[in-house]
Amino acid sequence: MAYNTDTHAVAAAHGHATFMGIDNRKMAFWAFIGSECLLFGSLIATYLVYKGRSLVGPYPHEILNIPFTSFSTFDLLMSSLAMVLALAAIQRGDMKQGKLWLFVTALLGLIFLGGQFWEFSHFVHEGLGLTTNLFGSTFYVLTGTHGAHVTIGVIWLLTLWIQALRGKLGPQNALTVEITGLYWHFVDVVWIVIFTVVYLIQ
Amino acid sequence: MSEQTGAHATTGTYLRIAAILVMITLIEVGVFYVPAFQGVLVPVLLVLSAVKFTLVVMFYMHLKFDNRFFTFLFGGPLLLGLVVVVSLLLIFYGAVRLRTGM
Repeated sequence: MAYNTDTHAVAAAHGHATFMGIDNRKMAFWAFIGSECLLFGSLIATYLVYKGRSLVGPYPHEILNIPFTSFSTFDLLMSSLAMVLALAAIQRGDMKQGKLWLFVTALLGLIFLGGQFWEFSHFVHEGLGLTTNLFGSTFYVLTGTHGAHVTIGVIWLLTLWIQALRGKLGPQNALTVEITGLYWHFVDVVWIVIFTVVYLIQ
Repeated sequence: MSEQTGAHATTGTYLRIAAILVMITLIEVGVFYVPAFQGVLVPVLLVLSAVKFTLVVMFYMHLKFDNRFFTFLFGGPLLLGLVVVVSLLLIFYGAVRLRTGM
């Protein structure tokens, strides 16, 4: 019984390799990301189906701010760069750089969220609510779902950063950081699609 | 026991990819504002977006260097998601055409 308990504790801490030699946590996370593709695919499809069908304004071309959103896109792309730099630093055991880049990634995520909050507030002020028209409903649901994912990512990153500050995260946890990175980069690629489909193709 | 991770790109590659991503974003925004591109705006933007998407997935998510099974795990649902998008658009606009006789 003691042996089983110890075995399960070790397995919980380090995961199992599958028969293909792949870590089970990484495989499960890629499967999760696959399921997220279907979630965002459905939301993007809904946005496109109702595109240009609003009977009342404000309409996308009246309200969307391309220069501002371009900055948000740049911010998220840079956060992805910071994330890979954090992972590379932690893999080589450079925890000083690892902590720095983890914090920069979270900070850039927070800046993105601040921008989204400002954008939503501005739109509401301009008269675009969740139930104003089809554009409002589909826009807020799609970008809001993405924003919720960014929020979870920022909390996750800050948790890792605090763990690193307390000396509880090191090169031995590189896979944990890599999985966090997979989530963060997925959030970035979803935004790449949203930026094109919602903002640039009006 | 340390956690095993796959082989990854170098820091130099990450920086080059970031520079390419920023350049493509600038091109996208530029194309959006140039009236001469209005006729081909949608295909050009979709191609540029697909290039950015692929670069992030291949290099930052390490699919280029990692086990091929991950490509299958991600690519399968991604393809299914694309089929959902295209199918919904075809069904919806097909129904609109039937209703309006256009």
